[in-house]
Amino acid sequence: MGQHTVIPFGPQHPVLPEPLHLDLVVEDEKVIEAIPQIGFVHRGLEKLTETRDYNAFIYIAERICGICAFGHSLGYAETVEKLMGVQVPERGEYLRVIMHELSRVHSHLLWLGLAADAFGYESLFMHCWRLRERILDLFEKTTGGRVILSAVVVGGMVRDQDAQMLRYIQDKLEGIREDYAQICKAFLNDNSVRNRLCGVGYISPDDARALGMVGPFGRASNVACDLRQYGNGAYGKLSDFQQILSTDGDCFGRAKVRAEEVLQSIDIINELIATIPDGPVSVPVKGNVPAGAQASNVLEQPRGECYYYALGNGTKFLERMRMRTPTSVNLAGMATALKGCDLADVNMIVLTIDPCISCTER
Amino acid sequence: MAFASKSPWVIHYDASSCNGCDIEVLATLCPGYDAERFGVINTGNPKHADIFLVTGSVNERNIKVIQEIYDQMLEPKVVVACGCCACTGGVFHDCYNVLGGVDKAIPVDVYAPGCAVRPETIIDAVVAGVAALDEKSKALKAKKKEA
Repeated sequence: MGQHTVIPFGPQHPVLPEPLHLDLVVEDEKVIEAIPQIGFVHRGLEKLTETRDYNAFIYIAERICGICAFGHSLGYAETVEKLMGVQVPERGEYLRVIMHELSRVHSHLLWLGLAADAFGYESLFMHCWRLRERILDLFEKTTGGRVILSAVVVGGMVRDQDAQMLRYIQDKLEGIREDYAQICKAFLNDNSVRNRLCGVGYISPDDARALGMVGPFGRASNVACDLRQYGNGAYGKLSDFQQILSTDGDCFGRAKVRAEEVLQSIDIINELIATIPDGPVSVPVKGNVPAGAQASNVLEQPRGECYYYALGNGTKFLERMRMRTPTSVNLAGMATALKGCDLADVNMIVLTIDPCISCTER
Repeated sequence: MAFASKSPWVIHYDASSCNGCDIEVLATLCPGYDAERFGVINTGNPKHADIFLVTGSVNERNIKVIQEIYDQMLEPKVVVACGCCACTGGVFHDCYNVLGGVDKAIPVDVYAPGCAVRPETIIDAVVAGVAALDEKSKALKAKKKEA
């Protein structure tokens, strides 16, 4: 029986991408318990609804997180549209989902790169980020921004994309798909990657359900939690949607789910571009939010289910805006996965939940 | 100390940014912009770093962390505030838990604006930071000679 030692880990640590603090209780090289502490990124954004009206708050909502920026502005806009009883034109919905899936590709490529960096495969990290730059180029070409896009307004999209631009997106994605196949091969077939990831941080499907895990983290433990299957917005127009599940439950399973979701997102974008209807992309939204009106909305972010709630008070300002982000749910799963792991695997396991602390704390 | 300005090592800390500037700082060091061709190397150890890139605003909880990292860095050192939040507090300036820009915690040498800050701006800011580093190391040398 060794002695218990507490190792403080973070918020600034060479291997940690996010300002999260963990107190690791270790016995020799084994982690007995991991106690997460947060609060380093808390700004208090939900309270800003008191000083920003519902149209202006979308810029704040977008800046909840810079990686899923588009997703947060989309989720917020959909919530307020429900509150106001606004129906977004079909073309607007299609464009929203196309951009949302593009940002999922960018987010997953970012994660795959960071994961490669975490297990010490630096060239793979660089290749992932090189590919990601090409998605950012698409963002820049269509909206003008690289990470903060400001493409959504309450009621639709800021601007339309013409057929030529949509064709351009398709062509670029085909090029990306070819290069991505090689990266995928390295992730899924390489022996050194498998040795590092297989069996690390295992969570069984029952535990995953009990802990309420969402997103690719949950799907790797065979929890069918992909909200896109319910067909909100333009997702309902897809001919077929099969969510990607894995029964592995370990770090390798999580990498596999994300790696395959990139290809799935490219297919979704291609299908939606092929069937996009003509028409306007937005409707003007004016007037006050009805007093006491409530609306809630869920959206599948790159990291998992995100829940939004809004309450009106009869003015242009929302009485309450609430979000529940995927990482705050997944922290419980992370703390469980860390129990009993090797100290050297801690950063790998922390990374496989794709932590987004600025989402979590807002 | 001329080597520091030829190959400045940077340390990056995400104070309370939205991750937007955070990933742009990383993108600057990755293919596409590749600041490493100018000798800029990312390190996680404050004792190895010459330039401190801070993204995001300062809040009650992380002010001590920023000061701690700054104190651990050896002289000469330069601080670059990356992004609007790090410069002034940005869109979050009136949040209850935001104290303001990074200059509320530590002295800042170069301000790189933008929301999110563009990689070109970060490279420009690091180049300006290198000039500041040179000046500081000269001043340090002169002080040593005097002593």
